[in-house]
Order: sequence, then C-alpha cells, then structure tokens
Amino acid sequence: MAAIALEGVSKAWGDSRGVDRISFATQAGQFLVLLGPSGCGKSTTLRLIAGLEQADAGRIFIAGDDVTALPPSRRHLSMVFQSYALFPHLSVAENILFGLKVRKAPAADQRRGLARVAELLGLAGLLERKPNQLSGGQQQRVALGRAIIAEQPVCLMDEPLSNLDAQLRNEMRRELRALQQKLAMTMVYVTHDQAEAMSMADQVILLRDGRIEQDATPEELYARPASTFTARFIGTPPMNVIPGTVLARVNPGWAARLGARAAEIAIGIRPEDIRFGAADGVEAAVAGIEYLGADSVVTCALGDAVLAVRAKGKLRGPAGERVRLDWDPAATHCFDQAGGQRLAQGLA
Amino acid sequence: MSADGSRRFAANVHGWLLVLPAAALLVLFTHYPTVATFLRSFFSTAKGARGSAFVGVDNYRQMIDDPIFWQVLSNNAYFALGTIPVSIGLALLMAIWVNGRIAGKGWLRLAYFTPTVLPMIAVANIWLFFYTPQYGLFEQVLSAFGVPAHNFLGSKDTVLTCLIIVAIWKEAGFFMIFYLAALQQMSPNLAEAAAIEGASRWHFFRRVTFPLLMPTTLFVLVNAIINSFRLVDHVVVMTRGGPDNASSLLLYYIYEVGFRYWDSAYAAALTMVLLALLALFAVGQFLFMDRKVHYR
Repeated sequence: MAAIALEGVSKAWGDSRGVDRISFATQAGQFLVLLGPSGCGKSTTLRLIAGLEQADAGRIFIAGDDVTALPPSRRHLSMVFQSYALFPHLSVAENILFGLKVRKAPAADQRRGLARVAELLGLAGLLERKPNQLSGGQQQRVALGRAIIAEQPVCLMDEPLSNLDAQLRNEMRRELRALQQKLAMTMVYVTHDQAEAMSMADQVILLRDGRIEQDATPEELYARPASTFTARFIGTPPMNVIPGTVLARVNPGWAARLGARAAEIAIGIRPEDIRFGAADGVEAAVAGIEYLGADSVVTCALGDAVLAVRAKGKLRGPAGERVRLDWDPAATHCFDQAGGQRLAQGLA
Repeated sequence: MSADGSRRFAANVHGWLLVLPAAALLVLFTHYPTVATFLRSFFSTAKGARGSAFVGVDNYRQMIDDPIFWQVLSNNAYFALGTIPVSIGLALLMAIWVNGRIAGKGWLRLAYFTPTVLPMIAVANIWLFFYTPQYGLFEQVLSAFGVPAHNFLGSKDTVLTCLIIVAIWKEAGFFMIFYLAALQQMSPNLAEAAAIEGASRWHFFRRVTFPLLMPTTLFVLVNAIINSFRLVDHVVVMTRGGPDNASSLLLYYIYEVGFRYWDSAYAAALTMVLLALLALFAVGQFLFMDRKVHYR
C-alpha cells in the first residue's frame, strides 16, 4: 500500500493549467522530492496533497484512504511553509505546541513532546523567544518543530530552505534527511534546486508545465534521463545536448556513426564524461573557462552548439584555442531530436 | 566664534526656519488657544460695562452645582459606551467578511465605506427622515406590523439611543477600513498552517487573528473615544440637544454655553474638563494597553 498516491489529479485556474492529470505513488518512509522550474505545478501538487487546494479531477490517497474530499486537518499530515508561517505573537514554545493545544493533548504529553523536539532541533534555549528575535535558521527549526511534534506519518515541505544562506542550506539538507530517517516519516519536499533533490531524495518527480516529466530515483534521473528536459535540468553543469547534425558536420567518426539518422537524433553527454586529448576526438574551440576550485568548467564552441566540459584542477588557455574532445561511447545518451524522448536502443 | 561654531549656528537656524511654519500654526491654533482657554476659565465673563475679573475656581464650582453639566456628562458616557464597543465589533466583523472569498466584495466594501464618505450633516438629515413620526421610514415599517406610533426623537427615553445608532452606522465602516488593511497584511499561510493543525476558524480568530489585530484595535479605540466626544454635527441637525437636554453631549453643551448664552468663561471651564477627560483616556490607553499589544 502506498503512503501517498495521486490518480489523474488536475487543478486549473482559469486559463493557466496548474497541474494536469498527474499520477504517482510513494511508499511509506520515502523522501519524495517534487522538482521543477517555477510554474511547473510542484507547489500546487503539494497543496493538493495537503488539502489546501481542492482537485478539479482525480483522487488522492493517503495511507490507502481516499482523502480527496477531506479537510487538511483530517489527512494526518504536517507542513512546513516557505515563509515558515510562524505566529509572530506567540513564543517558540507556543508555536511548536499550537497543534497539540488545538487537539487538546494532555499537558504531560505537551511537555514531553516539547522537550523532545527542543532537544532534537537544538531549540532548548530559545523556547521563550518570539519569532522576530530569531535568525532565519532558527525560525526554520521552529517551523520544523511545529511540523514534527505531532509525529504525523506524512510531512510536507514547500521550499523550506530557500530563505537560508548557502552554507546553512547545506547543513540543513543533511539534518533534514537525518531527521526524516530517524522519525521514519514520509516526506514530500518541493524544490526547484536539483542539487537539493539529488542529495536528499529517495524518489524524485520532475514536473514540467503541470505534467510529470520523469518519476525515478536520483541515480536513474542522472544516469538515464527520460528526455532532454530532464537531461538539461539535472547536474551542475547539466548534460550537453547536441543536435546530431552538428556532431556529424565537425567529426567524420560521428558522421559515420549517425549516418542518415543524424537529423533525427540529439546526442547527450555529461560534462564530467568528456576528456581532452585523443587525436580523432571532436574538434572544438575554447570559449571560456570557469574555475570552481576542485575542477574547472570549460565552455567549448562546437559549430553552432555550445558544450561544457568538466575537468579536474585549474585549467588555463587562451579563448579560441582548438581542442579535441573525446568520451566513452557508453556515456553517450541518445534522444529524439524532435520530441526530446530518450531513445532506448541508443545508436545500435 | 570659530568657523565650526558659526557653521553649526547656521545649520541650527536653517533647521528652525524649516520647522517655523508648522510650529507657528501649531502654536497659533493649538497651544495658544489651550493655554488661553485654561487662563480664561479662572476669570468671569465680561458683561456690558462690567469687565472680566479673576474669580479663581468659581467657574468650576458653578459646574459642580450645574445639573445640566452632570446630565450632559452622563449622556456622553452613555453615548460613548453605546457607540464604541458596537462600532468596533461591527467593523471587525465586516472586515473579516469582506476579506474572505465572496462574490462582489468590492461593492460590499464600497457600501460599508459609504457612510464615512458622506458629510455628517447629510447623514443626519437622512436619519432625521427615518426617525420622523407618522411618515418616517421606521414608523411606516413598524405601523405595518401594528406597532403603535412613537416619536423616537421627541422622547427622552429613546432620543439618545437613536443618536447612538446613527453614530455606529457612521463609524463602523470607517473603522472597518483599518481592520481590512491589517487583515490583508496577514499572510494567508498562517491560516493554512492553523488549518493543517485542525484549528477551527473561531480558535484561529481567538488565538491568532485577534491578537495580531491588537495594534489596530488600540488605534481604532483611541479614535472612537475621541470621536464620541468630538462628533456633534448630528446633535445639531437632529435634536439640538433636546428634549430637555436628553440628547445633549458635552461638546454641544460647550457650544451652547459659549455661543448661544455667550458665557465664554464658563464655556472655557467646560472645555478644560473635556480636554482633561480626553488626555486622561489617551494616557491611560497608551500606558496600560500598550503592554498587552503585540507590535511586530
């Protein structure tokens, strides 16, 4: 039985589509990330699961129960908002205890829960403070505390880390993941940051214009992108996708390999799979070098196409320098040039 | 004087010159009249050949023995107690209603705000018609149900209540605007977070909305109290304080004493009482309420 399942769920506002007939399921204890660019429908999907929006069509199941028509409070879930949505006039303790007080939990349970959450999130010294006396990271923890104190089986998070600085965001990523596993929650996490998705998720659903582009594990998403959209969304820098015609024009080897299908095929290749050197490699011109510390990203012009190459260490060289690029044929991804879908049979 | 000192002096002069127009107007129309009124209240009113003389607290002693003063004061207290809680409560209710997702809420907001836009004189005339015996709106409606005729504004028992209703009608829409503005500042995420926790609308209102509206409530309360002593236009148009001073308010009484009986010294003493009352309320509100008000 799936912890959360959506069946053909749609939601539209006037002309804008919102989400369009999406279906997916996730198992209990999974860390599910809804990923996509802004406006792809990921937050809408989350709000539909929470019950903050009503679906126009389709059904939503939580732990096997049809909750499509149930109010948020009866779906046994908690939620962390992007803005944290802390009550500014209540202390940290009162914020965290808000839900338990609403449900009139016994005072002893409230005390025990608060102590446990404060311990878990390192909020013990801050319980009497008001939210505006806390840093962004601390506010984030309070919002998290309010979400986990009731020990609901499902926790929803709407871009919870987007208001934090980069360093804190990395720490919180690890902490969130550890917390989710420790409490064995089913987590649904919305983000537009593919690095967040890759580092935390068990399952990633990549959305595009209100539809599911790919529903897979991070490894699968990286290793076997189902479309050029996925390919260009995942990875830093993302996969290079080059029209077959461009490759065939600059390299006789590729012209032979692609043959008559050059116009139908787009070739995808990850920047980290490309090597410099080999005499029979694809010839390109260096357009720019971005030094990142452990490695450098070299941008190369290949006919009309631009290609990023990731190489170890600090590279130096004049712009316009001719280089030859080579990669393992096994690292090549083939896509349909027109539709963008992955071609299962590759070049064979 | 050193160069530095003279530059400071010039800067100070510039500063004072900039403040001068506003300061002059304030002194001329606010501070000087207040002080002059205070001093006048210790003198007698000049009558014919008899000039004004210092009489000490005689004017105030006269006030204590003046039954009309006490009646007017109790009228005003009754008027304030009748208008303030109801108009504030109504304002909050209307604001929450028009803040929700309902069809035609723009028109509803406009309708609620209309009484505030209309001049009080016009409003009072409309209500005068409503209250008119025999052919007034209320009389016609009530007589249709067989209720005997009643002179609302002519009876000592009902006249003040009639004025209270007019004031509530006039004020509630105005206060609603402040509440509406405050409600629209509140993030909808707060209500959603509470909904997920299972808080009822009433619980959310009591524990979140209302406390967050406290600064607005304080502001509105101060205004409501000032207005309950300040608004007398409708008294002038509808009742002139009658019958038998049953609808006379403090400010209207001051106007009568000062400009109909021309007893300016006694009017000055009455004005000081009004000022003292308002000052007391203002100080009290900001001292005691401030502690309970959450400011972000």
